[in-house]
Amino acid sequence: MVEESVLTDDLVRQLINVGEVDILVGLPTHNNARSVEPVVHAIQAGLLQGFPRERVVIVNADGGSRDGTPDLVTGASIDDLRRSYKGYALRTLHSISTRYANNPSARVGLRTILAAAELLRAKACAVVSPESTGMEPDWIPRLLRPVYSENFDLVTPIYRRHKFEGLLVSNLVYPMTRALYGQRIREPYASEFAFSARLGSHFLAHDPGNYDSHGSGAELELAMSAITGGYRTYQSFLGTKSQGEREGGDLVPAMRRTVGVLFSSLEANFAAWSSHAGSQPVPTLGSESQVTLESIRVNRKRLKQMFTAGVAELEPVFRSILSSTTLAELQRIATLGDDDFHYPAELWVRTVYEFAASYAKSVMSRDHIIQGLAPLYRGRIFTFLEENRSSSAEEVEKNIESLCLEFERLKPYLLEVWNTKK
Amino acid sequence: MRELIWRELTQAGEEIIREFAHLLPRLIEMLIITLVGWVIAIALKWILRSVLRLAKFDQLSENSGASQLLNKAALPSSTELLSRFIFWVAWLGFILLGVSVLGIGGLQAHISRFFLFLPRVFLALFIIFFGLLAASFFSRATLLAAVNSNLPSPRLLSTSIRTLLIIFVVSMAFEELGLAEQTVLLAFGIAFGAAMLSLAIAFGMGGRDLARQFLEKRLVREVKSEKEDEPSPL
Repeated sequence: MVEESVLTDDLVRQLINVGEVDILVGLPTHNNARSVEPVVHAIQAGLLQGFPRERVVIVNADGGSRDGTPDLVTGASIDDLRRSYKGYALRTLHSISTRYANNPSARVGLRTILAAAELLRAKACAVVSPESTGMEPDWIPRLLRPVYSENFDLVTPIYRRHKFEGLLVSNLVYPMTRALYGQRIREPYASEFAFSARLGSHFLAHDPGNYDSHGSGAELELAMSAITGGYRTYQSFLGTKSQGEREGGDLVPAMRRTVGVLFSSLEANFAAWSSHAGSQPVPTLGSESQVTLESIRVNRKRLKQMFTAGVAELEPVFRSILSSTTLAELQRIATLGDDDFHYPAELWVRTVYEFAASYAKSVMSRDHIIQGLAPLYRGRIFTFLEENRSSSAEEVEKNIESLCLEFERLKPYLLEVWNTKK
Repeated sequence: MRELIWRELTQAGEEIIREFAHLLPRLIEMLIITLVGWVIAIALKWILRSVLRLAKFDQLSENSGASQLLNKAALPSSTELLSRFIFWVAWLGFILLGVSVLGIGGLQAHISRFFLFLPRVFLALFIIFFGLLAASFFSRATLLAAVNSNLPSPRLLSTSIRTLLIIFVVSMAFEELGLAEQTVLLAFGIAFGAAMLSLAIAFGMGGRDLARQFLEKRLVREVKSEKEDEPSPL
C-alpha cells in the first residue's frame, strides 16, 4: 500500500502524468549541484542502452537543496545521448523531482522513492548516489537487469576498491552481517542498489523507521529486510568507486549509520539470526572482489595513539559494556609498543559482540555505546593495516575471509552474552 | 477535711474518666486511620515498586550515577529506596492526619505546614535525580566526544562538566526547598565564576601551547590533512 504521507500532492500529480512504468531510478539528493549532472547523464545513458523499450522514469527525491540541484536533474538533456546512441529508444524518458523536506533524511528520501515506485507499479527500481561521479552507464543495467529479467529482489554492488578503503565495512559490517544472517553480501550498506517491487512494498509496510534517530542507514535496513524476509539477493560488480565518492569520511557518523543499524536489527530479528550457523555465497555477476594496491598515506601512529588513549580514558564506559576479561585484554594490548601491538581477530570479534549485547540491553545511551566502539575500531584498523601493509590482493581477501570465519565461529558467544545480558 | 480531699479526688478522677471517655473514640479513630494508612502505604509501596521495576528505573539510576552513590552509602537500590520513601511519607501523612483528629491545640498548624512542604520535597528529589542523570549523560558525552576528537585531557573536561552540573542541580534543589536560598545562590555564583575564571586562566596562561594546539586544530586546515590520513570507513 502506498504511504500517502510520503508523497506530496505535487509529486502525486507528476507521477500521474508519467503513468505506469517498468523501471524507476531514484536519485536522493541534497546540495549535489557540483556532482549530479554527470550522474544523471550516466543514468540516462544506462537506461537508453539497457532498456530502450521499457517505460522508465528518474525520480529525484531532494532534501531541501539550496544550490539548484533539482533543476539540474530535471533539466539534464538527453538529446546528445540519443544522437550518440546507435539504437532507438521507443519511449519517453521522464525525469521528475520532488522536495520531501527542507532537511535531508536518507530514510525519508528512500521511502519517497519506494512509494513512488509502488504507485507507478515499477517492476524494478534502482537507487543511485548523486556523488558517484565515476559512475559508468553500464552500472544501470548491471543493477537492474537481474531484478527486471531474472526475478531477483535485491541487487547490491561490488566495487573495485583500494585495499585500505571501506575498512569499517570489511572489518565489521560485512563479516558481522554475514555471520548473523548467513549471506555473503559484500556491500550491505550500498549507495547504489536495485530492488524489486515486492521487496520495496515489503520494506514500506514493515520498516519500523526507528532504528536510529538520524534517519540514516535505511539502505542497510533494506538489505537486512531482504535477507530476513527470504527475498532473492544478487551482487553485481560495477567498477571503481573512489574514496571521494563515498559519503561519510567521519568515523562516528559512519558508525551510527552502519553499526548502529546493524546492532539495532538484532533485537527485531532475533529469531532470524539466532537459529542458523555458517553462511552461503550470493549469486554474483562479475568479479566477487577487486582490490587495488597503490600506496596511500595513512597515519598509523595516530590510529594507535587514539586507541591507547581511548582504552585509558574510557575505562568507566567500557566497564559497563565489556566483560572484565575482554577489558583486561584490551588494557594489556594498549600498553604494547607500535611494533608489538596486535589486536587479534578473536578479541575484536568478542569486543564487537559484547558491544552488540550491551546495545540491546541499553546499558547506557545507545549512541554513547556506538561512540565508545570508535577508538577500539581504530586499534583494530591499526592491526589490519600492519598485517596487510605489503599484502597482495589475494592475501588481503584471505585475511578478510579469515576474519569473517572468526565472526561465524564466535557466533555462539554472541548468543551467550546476549542471553546473559538479558 | 478527709471528705473534702476525697470529694476533690473523686471529682478529678471523674473528670479524667470523662475526658478519657471523650478522647477514646478519637483515639480509636486515630488508630483506625493509622492502620488504614499503613495498609494504603504498603499498597502504594508495592504498586510503585512494580511500576519502577517495569520501567527499569534501577537501570536509569545506574546510568545517572545515582546507584553508585547509593552503593557507596550502603543504601538499597533506587527502586527500593523510593518505594520505602513513599511508604514512609504516606504512612506519616496518615499518622499526622490521625493525630489531628485528636484535636490537640497548636498541632494542626504544624501538620498543615508539613503537608504544604511535601510537594517541595518531591520536586527537590525530582530535580536531584534528573539532574544527576543529565550530569552523567553530558559528562559521558563530553568524554566520548573528546576522546574521538583526540582532544587533550578528556577526563578533566568530562569531570568539570559533571561537577558544574551537580553544583547547579544541588543549588536548584536547595532553592526549591527554600533552605539558605541566598547563601546557596551566592555560593553557586562564586563557585561557578571562580571555576570559569580559573579555567580561562589555566587554559590561557598555564596551557598556552595547549591552547594554541587546540585553536589550530579547530581553525587551521591542518586538521583536514589529519583526517585524510585516516582510512575511509565506508
